[in-house]
Amino acid sequence: MAQAPAPKPSAISATATQARPATTTQARGGGEEMSGAQSLIRSLERAGATDIFGLPGGAILPAYDPLMDSTILRHVLVRHEQGAGHAAQGYAHATGRPGVCIATSGPGATNLVTPIADANMDSIPLVAITGQVAAGSIGTDAFQEADIVGITQPITKHNMLVTDPADIPRAIAEAFYIATNGRPGPVLVDVTKSAMQSQTVFNWPDKIELPGFNSGAKPHSKTVQEAARLLATSRKPVLYVGGGVIRSGASEGLLKLANLSGAAVVTTLMARGALPDSHPQNLGMPGMHGTVPAVAALQNADLVVSLGARFDDRVTGNLDSFAPLATIVHADIDPAEIGKNRHADVPIVGDLKDVFADLVPALAEEHIKHGKPDLEGWWKQLDEWRTTYSLGYTPTEDGLGSPQHVIQRLGEISGPESIFVAGVGQHQMWASQFIKYERPNSWINSGGLGTMGFSVPAAMGAKVGAPDRTVWSIDGDGCFQMTNQELVTCALNEIPIKVAIINNSSLGMVRQWQTLFYNQRYSNTDLNTGHGTARVPDFVKLADAMGCVGLRCESDADVDATIKRAMEIDDQPVVVDFTVSRDAMVWPMVASGTSNDEIQYAKGIAPKWDRED
Amino acid sequence: MTDKHTLSVLVENKPGVLARVSGLFSRRAFNIHSLAVGPTEHPEISRITVVVDVDELPLEQVTKQLNKLIHVLKIVELERDRSVQRELLLVKLRADARQRTEILQVVELFRAKVVDVATDSLVVEAVGTPEKLEALLAALAPHDIREIVQSGTVAIGRGSRSITERALDRNHGLIHNAS
Repeated sequence: MAQAPAPKPSAISATATQARPATTTQARGGGEEMSGAQSLIRSLERAGATDIFGLPGGAILPAYDPLMDSTILRHVLVRHEQGAGHAAQGYAHATGRPGVCIATSGPGATNLVTPIADANMDSIPLVAITGQVAAGSIGTDAFQEADIVGITQPITKHNMLVTDPADIPRAIAEAFYIATNGRPGPVLVDVTKSAMQSQTVFNWPDKIELPGFNSGAKPHSKTVQEAARLLATSRKPVLYVGGGVIRSGASEGLLKLANLSGAAVVTTLMARGALPDSHPQNLGMPGMHGTVPAVAALQNADLVVSLGARFDDRVTGNLDSFAPLATIVHADIDPAEIGKNRHADVPIVGDLKDVFADLVPALAEEHIKHGKPDLEGWWKQLDEWRTTYSLGYTPTEDGLGSPQHVIQRLGEISGPESIFVAGVGQHQMWASQFIKYERPNSWINSGGLGTMGFSVPAAMGAKVGAPDRTVWSIDGDGCFQMTNQELVTCALNEIPIKVAIINNSSLGMVRQWQTLFYNQRYSNTDLNTGHGTARVPDFVKLADAMGCVGLRCESDADVDATIKRAMEIDDQPVVVDFTVSRDAMVWPMVASGTSNDEIQYAKGIAPKWDRED
Repeated sequence: MTDKHTLSVLVENKPGVLARVSGLFSRRAFNIHSLAVGPTEHPEISRITVVVDVDELPLEQVTKQLNKLIHVLKIVELERDRSVQRELLLVKLRADARQRTEILQVVELFRAKVVDVATDSLVVEAVGTPEKLEALLAALAPHDIREIVQSGTVAIGRGSRSITERALDRNHGLIHNAS
């Protein structure tokens, strides 16, 4: 297949130097002749891509031929397309640059659906390239044909089918532009094999014409002023910080606003690290498994300033009783988020960097007018909650390790410059709770979609994007069994990630719900991977078979030494099987659908509220 | 209690744009009452008229979500009393000579038209507001109706202002520099 026109590399570079337009105003016809496949690869290079994750197949084969000659693009050959998508996500998460994945038509493309949906929920800039059957075969149920544009329409920011090779550069330029501007998100470009195999003239567009695309307004000075006035005059203010602060790269602005306002700060699951956990005003994560002080602060606040957050049900609990006393300021780059779940009294549409740049001086002015607000009473109350209901856990009773201890020590030993990448479930919540995040882009997880199996491939992508940082995948035994094949990719491509399997031998979060809400009837949650079980698979042997170093740790006493051993290995991926108790549960907890007021600090222990409703 | 709202959605004339718009409505659980699509005076712009059953607040949300679609240029709500709204109705009736006279009376009363006649049937065409067409159908109900086909509502604002022009104005210069 695909024996078609692939000039020798020397031929390409010879013409490339003379014909590649120096300025972007090159007239039509002034470009270089090449195949559509070459045009696709050249376009990816021009768009700024350097690393792409993918797996070839029939319809995308033409593109893989010129890809072999690219000196700019590093292609990481994954073992499953889902891994390519999550790797591109992890790459984008860690670097802030768009992640790129590439797959063939049909099953290759459908295997990207989960990562694309994940990126859509968590606003990750992702460009997915898929091959499509020849234009003439579309609609005939051809071999490996799937309408991936139709399939991904509801889960992409935008997508397009390219049948004319002349459209390839424009499509790729638009895809990168749309993925990264405004609220970031995934864009899929489906390119037919016939377009790749035809001859075309490469012309990189000097302008992108998207008359219907709104990349975001500048914050309105009137609403910014009003937000500043409220912050200067409220007595119980909370900054409700979401992942938008991280996507915007606006952590510095947030720090200024936090310091100047003196308000309490809560950082959602997607925003861990947006403000250092060591900051005295940071109360930690709100929501279903948030800290009591963070949840209580929102429930008792007279002002909630939402910054790049979206009032997700996992944060608000029962929406009607969420932050019942608070005036809501809602700042977001996406106008559709404002008022979607909770009415915003003061809406601010704009990039958070711009919002902070305007809001901080506006607040300083308000302070001159009104003086600084007296927040002493508020902080006295918050500190009381912090002291009484600090995050903690009870040791296990079955002699096996405590998962929380393992995760806490991982954070402490590996340090704040590391990147921690979680799967989904109990280990994810503990990793959010018990690791101290001191900088943005140090915590990566699947928040909105809750994709089990996210961790290993996303960690791989993060390590490719940030090779100098230690990358720990913190995974569950359930999640790990979904996508661990990418450890082969890591081993062969010198991507030395470290994986901590928090092995409780079960689908832990589901089991926790069965314990609490289904009378301890453990239907289909036992995985038999733990201590004293069949131990299938044996994770240490599995790691070894995949070219990684496999370690096992079965008691709290060995945790530090095992982590240190894993930290010493730099030239190979490491997998540590931390065998832990299956009875450990994630606390605090707001049961699904109930009010945040009913948060339980631990099983059967509900804080007493003293709220002046 | 929900209300009917008529939205005019100007879109780029690109493949799949109707699917994107209608898909968004169903995805966000909004009930489309009727939908009509066709070309405009600008070859690159199509116009979708969609009537939805929603309250004020969800309407704002669906408008914002529509605005996020890259191919959607402009959305305008056309209020009933400040716009002309029309539907097209074709009804096929079984009718012998005697029934035909009765039907023709109804047709005349509603200023509708007979556009096809056979020995035992006729086809009535009517254009009007949804309410008028409903009344016509009620009047024809006693007769032997064989088929009904009805278009979605199309609507245009009263007065000299053009929403297409405004859409083009608004988007003029909205051209982004390629990175």
